[in-house]
Amino acid sequence: MSARREVILWTAQRVTAVVLAVCVVVHLVTIIYAVRGGLSAAEILGRTRGNYAWAAFYSVFVFAAAIHGAIGLRAIAAEWLGFRGALAELAMTVAGVALTITGLRAVAAVVGA
Amino acid sequence: MEVRVWRGGAAGSYQSFEVPRRDSQTVLDVVTYIQRHLDPTLSYRFACRVGMCGSCAMTVNGAPRWTCRTHVDKVAREGKLEIAPLANLPVVKDLVADMREFFDKWARARGQFTPGTGRAGTFAKVKPDSRERIEADAGIECIGCGVCYAACDVVTWNRDYLGPAALNRAWTLVNDVRDAGQQARLEAVSGDAGCHSCHTLMACTELCPKKLSPTRSIAGLKRATMKHALANLDDVE
Repeated sequence: MSARREVILWTAQRVTAVVLAVCVVVHLVTIIYAVRGGLSAAEILGRTRGNYAWAAFYSVFVFAAAIHGAIGLRAIAAEWLGFRGALAELAMTVAGVALTITGLRAVAAVVGA
Repeated sequence: MEVRVWRGGAAGSYQSFEVPRRDSQTVLDVVTYIQRHLDPTLSYRFACRVGMCGSCAMTVNGAPRWTCRTHVDKVAREGKLEIAPLANLPVVKDLVADMREFFDKWARARGQFTPGTGRAGTFAKVKPDSRERIEADAGIECIGCGVCYAACDVVTWNRDYLGPAALNRAWTLVNDVRDAGQQARLEAVSGDAGCHSCHTLMACTELCPKKLSPTRSIAGLKRATMKHALANLDDVE
């Protein structure tokens, strides 16, 4: 495991943490501010359907969460399961790709018609 | 006072002793009393007795402490003590831990000064109020007692992790403007075993008897290695 790779992953996790901090705040404020007639699927879909600004926002959120989470899971896998080297890299990649696919599917579902 | 003391190697067990309670008694006083009056076969390590040498650290009621400066009053629970060798290190016998891997990691973290000029060079001028000098000063009083290393959960999880003391030492040298070995040092402290594995749990900082903050030093190394890596992104790995 190269030193540079470690530094880049650490930096990527820190940068995505900053992005996530903004995204989570916007997300929570929206939830609290937007709820008018009780929390319902119809109200949420009314806000997100066909709205490409929300699509872009939640896509950024998904990528940040996938990168941040996958790097964190790699550290947990190393410390708690003893996954190191190639096995840890593989587990991290699988987790990151899975988070990205499921996240983008959800974005497509609330934005698409 | 009831004192339970670890006896034997890794597979040993606790043995109980009755030790008289005295004013201003330190944990090292207790251990010394046991060896001189109750059981001369008890092994432990100490030298200066005044908090300078860093050789008497042990686990006292679950936490690593420098025993010569730790008063029984402060750490006894219901008037009882349980004393064991430092955690995260192999046990030699009784209260003696094998410190080799602890100090080997100082060397692996490039904790040696690398001279930049020869004998003919001029003296470097380091201003006392320069940022680097202040950063180095903050970490330089380490006595190498191993308390931080024994307190660190990351060391327990990752046997290769360099640990708080070695990384703190590396940070003081990163701030030594005379040192010529920075590139190798920054690479040595960057791997899976290096500063990026620190989870900022701060047990080292909480328990350091010299009140240093290895956590702060490690955070400094994270910044320094990041700057170094980003500045050399196009280098061949």
